[in-house]
Amino acid sequence: MSGTRVTGGGIWRVAGTIAWRSLHTYVRRPDLFVPSLVFPLIFLASFAGGLSALGSVPGFHFPAGYTAFQFVFVLCQSAMFAGLFTGFTLAFDFESGFARRLMLAAEDRRGIALGYALVALSRAAITLSVVTAVAVATGMRVTGDGVDVFGLYGLAALLVLVGYGWAAGVAFRFRSIQAGPLMQTPVFLIIFLAPVYVPLGLLKGWIHTVASVNPATAFLEAGRGLISGVHDHTALAYVCAVALIGLFGIWMLLGLRSAERST
Amino acid sequence: MLKTLRQPFQMFPIVFFPLILLAVNASGLRAATRLPGFPTHSYISFAIAVAFIQGGMFALINTGTNLAEDIESGFFNRLALTPLRRVSLIAGLLVGVAALGVLQSGVYILMGVIAGAHLEAGVGGALVILALGSLTAVGFGALGCAAALRTGSGEAVQGLFPLFFVFIFLSSSNLPRNLLRTGWFHTVATWNPISYLIEGFRSLFIYGWDGAALWRGFAVAIGLTLLALLAVAGAMNTRMQRT
Repeated sequence: MSGTRVTGGGIWRVAGTIAWRSLHTYVRRPDLFVPSLVFPLIFLASFAGGLSALGSVPGFHFPAGYTAFQFVFVLCQSAMFAGLFTGFTLAFDFESGFARRLMLAAEDRRGIALGYALVALSRAAITLSVVTAVAVATGMRVTGDGVDVFGLYGLAALLVLVGYGWAAGVAFRFRSIQAGPLMQTPVFLIIFLAPVYVPLGLLKGWIHTVASVNPATAFLEAGRGLISGVHDHTALAYVCAVALIGLFGIWMLLGLRSAERST
Repeated sequence: MLKTLRQPFQMFPIVFFPLILLAVNASGLRAATRLPGFPTHSYISFAIAVAFIQGGMFALINTGTNLAEDIESGFFNRLALTPLRRVSLIAGLLVGVAALGVLQSGVYILMGVIAGAHLEAGVGGALVILALGSLTAVGFGALGCAAALRTGSGEAVQGLFPLFFVFIFLSSSNLPRNLLRTGWFHTVATWNPISYLIEGFRSLFIYGWDGAALWRGFAVAIGLTLLALLAVAGAMNTRMQRT
């Protein structure tokens, strides 16, 4: 960007360096990676275990069972939160002064945004692998085929980028960890205003109205369709995810410009 | 208390976050009332009990963070050098927490009733809820003080929040224990004291006056408060030796 020589290789060099540094920090600090692994597991345990009786509510039909039904929610939520937590890391790096030095040193500052995106995807890969392993080990049934499962994890990867795009945009603008609630709260609300516990058809009242227009509903329904092999809104979910990535990508790059101006 | 009331961003999580979660969960889980054995047809009457526990946990975070800030800024050390008795340093904070506990419990009852919750135990029950809510807030607030005195770090106190949230998740917060069909979860919820605290509040909304649920709820709140005060005393001694 301004004042820097922009080359295609420069972006990837910067991105690779940031990704390596942040992942190195992540795996060496239990205070960072333990919560990111434990909380999805707690969600899985408390929702799939504690609410399993909901699987026998009249009108609830899900071929793969209640554990798989909730697993998809945990998968989507963990994916988006992996992106959010990377936004926290970016904000923390600004607060500590590291990101400002990075802004001065980077050949191409877009590489900074790309580097943290790679961090988000790598963190998500670790978290989602552990959550999947635990779910399968505790008897989760997957009735979709290999292509469906690949589609499910592809959707999760897009959700990582959705969460990251939003959080990075906030982090670049505020450059302080104090903006954490601003990153987290909207995503938290959007996820929970979707059919988390029962299918959309069983929701009544205002929550049904809100969930019907909430993009997170498409993500959950598509994910549940893919894991069970009974496809539901898959194309819509992918279109929504790609559109949100585009939107938040612009939001993030404008945030990067704002950070450049203040550096 | 004044410190909290004067900072709206501290009041927001205490008052509104539990209510937002209540609104979301009560709507999302309403289908659970169709399960055979569910004790009421109103999920909001069932779920509102959780708001009081969440309010207590926010008391933990706010009290602990405020005290940790005072420690970090050196204000607590200066107070400790004055002739004030050690007990007064913490007792003052906890009296404020108790008053906030009454206030937030009153708001939860009012908003719950407006949203359609039915308080079976009536006005007398509301007074008992205020007392139990206040005691719960003091118990959690004292835990926050112990953490702040032990660590001297607001960040460390904030880190406790998710840990305590786990206790809510692994309890009878969303379904009654007789409907927890996954064996290990039923066992964990039965051993989890938070289940009994929730059931104490819940009994007044759903059953009216249920002596067993109430004494268990109060026993957990009193036990939590006593244990937390012991932890405060221990942490206070250590901190004073450092000062």
